[in-house]
Amino acid sequence: MVKLRDVCHEIRSKNAGPFWVTFDIFFDGPASFTRYHDDPALSAESFARLYGADASMVKRIPVDDLSMIKISYPRTSPQGGMVERDMHSGQQYVPLLDVELAD
Amino acid sequence: MTEQPPAADAFAGPIKVLVPCGSLGAGVRESEIAYGIAEGAHVIASDAGSTDSGAAYLALGKSKNSRGAVKRDLEILMRAQAEHGIPIIIGTSGQAGGDLNLQWTREIVEEVASELGTAPRIALIHCEQDKATIKRLNAAGRIQPLPPLGPLEDEAIDQCEHIVAALGVEHFIAALEGGADIILGGRSTDTAVLACYPIWKGAPWGPAWHAGKTGECGVQCSVNPTLGSGVMLTVKADGFEVAPLSDDNRCSVHSVSAHMLYENTDPFRLAEPGGVLDVTRARYTQKDERTVSVSGSEWEPGPYSMKLEGASAGRYQTMMLVGIRNPEVLNDIENFHDKLLAALYERTRKSFPAEALGEFHISLRMYGWNGIDGKPVPAGTPPPPEIGMIFVATADTQELANAIAHACNPYFFHYPNVMNKEIPSYGFMLSPADVPCGQFFEFRLNHIVALDDPFELVRIEYVDLASRPAAAQKEAVHG
Repeated sequence: MVKLRDVCHEIRSKNAGPFWVTFDIFFDGPASFTRYHDDPALSAESFARLYGADASMVKRIPVDDLSMIKISYPRTSPQGGMVERDMHSGQQYVPLLDVELAD
Repeated sequence: MTEQPPAADAFAGPIKVLVPCGSLGAGVRESEIAYGIAEGAHVIASDAGSTDSGAAYLALGKSKNSRGAVKRDLEILMRAQAEHGIPIIIGTSGQAGGDLNLQWTREIVEEVASELGTAPRIALIHCEQDKATIKRLNAAGRIQPLPPLGPLEDEAIDQCEHIVAALGVEHFIAALEGGADIILGGRSTDTAVLACYPIWKGAPWGPAWHAGKTGECGVQCSVNPTLGSGVMLTVKADGFEVAPLSDDNRCSVHSVSAHMLYENTDPFRLAEPGGVLDVTRARYTQKDERTVSVSGSEWEPGPYSMKLEGASAGRYQTMMLVGIRNPEVLNDIENFHDKLLAALYERTRKSFPAEALGEFHISLRMYGWNGIDGKPVPAGTPPPPEIGMIFVATADTQELANAIAHACNPYFFHYPNVMNKEIPSYGFMLSPADVPCGQFFEFRLNHIVALDDPFELVRIEYVDLASRPAAAQKEAVHG
């Protein structure tokens, strides 16, 4: 099985305002982008499973020119709240690195 | 009424916006400002804050960047302003752009002006809102939620310490029309701060807004953001150009186009006061080694609206930290966490009467294991060599959160994983070991308010240092 990290040159996460987290997944070229950006591992349901996101709120926007896909969801706890552990959501991408893609 | 984009042929020529840094106080470089001025900058513009660092700065009216750092940056910029006669535009003053944040910045500007012996005309654009106004607008159906929030309730308005409405280009343009040398904006969209001057000079709105978005974080849109601090935006009749202010750095088609992704959920369409920037058809080309040229950016005018932000102060927290490398704990780490947490809750409940405790909360965060999200680690993960475990108590008052930490202290520092063995001591680094954290803060509003008049919620105040009596100026210098 191919892991997401094997077909990307950069994967990152960041807050997009206080209420959203956004993931930028840059594939290592147009071929990988075309082949994998709609993979079930990158579906709204997958983000619900990995992060507890509400699948109906997950936004997916492919950017062909950059061979990347942007995936965002509303934070499951508010930024800065009682149990905050990642104010910028900057460490949230890591569980994505090893998701397995259908080959 | 929403202004319509003027015809591009009314535009006299390129406008150069010197963006000195990503956020005022981050470290403006004198050499970059000199370079930008020599290149013909018409204006210096930067934001001074963001919501990124949390709601505390709006709720408390405090700056994140230190006073010394902001003053140092302002000294460099205000010297350039005075020498070359070009305006300075600052948005989201004092990190959050509430009236307290604005006042804090104003005092620094006045102090620097006194020290430099300059007399600029300063415009303060206030956009802090009182709760009664927001409730009235809400009752009139003029406030709509942005996802994921729902309709605005009066309770959420009441919870806020401060509420601001993010400024658009119209407000900055009014201050430019008012003859300001230095504009200090309250909360502003990052883009508006950089887009306003070219639009005032008749530049097409699409390229001006897109240039603003590109330059909002200063050198972040370059190939190597560690080289330097700022960028120059050149807005033209048919597009815009961007290049870093430091000559050993460069912008590339990738670095510039990828910046539209930054801190956004939609990299093609960006909602702003009075319309939407649409870059779906933008084309990026490498003009020269260091400069990227962008065309095809479009502005779709729409009904005027401003985004509301409000910050609330929550309950109080107290933390403690221990380092643990006992193998028997680390080999059974999840069980240890669960047993210790249960013991701490029990200890707390036994230490205080229930009515005194209220709704308290305790969490244990195991850094080195799963500290960042607290979720189970993948099966088969080997034990870590050590962890830092943070205890966080949350309660209605600081005194109570501290008292809970005191009651839990012996358990947290000495709780054995295997009973009937010698009591361990985990590694704690401080004495007293508890650290009061104050309140936590949250954003409560994520709503837009519809406005027929962009100035309904905005007030511009002018301060003419030039018109001050000489005695007052002298006092300011020596005071």
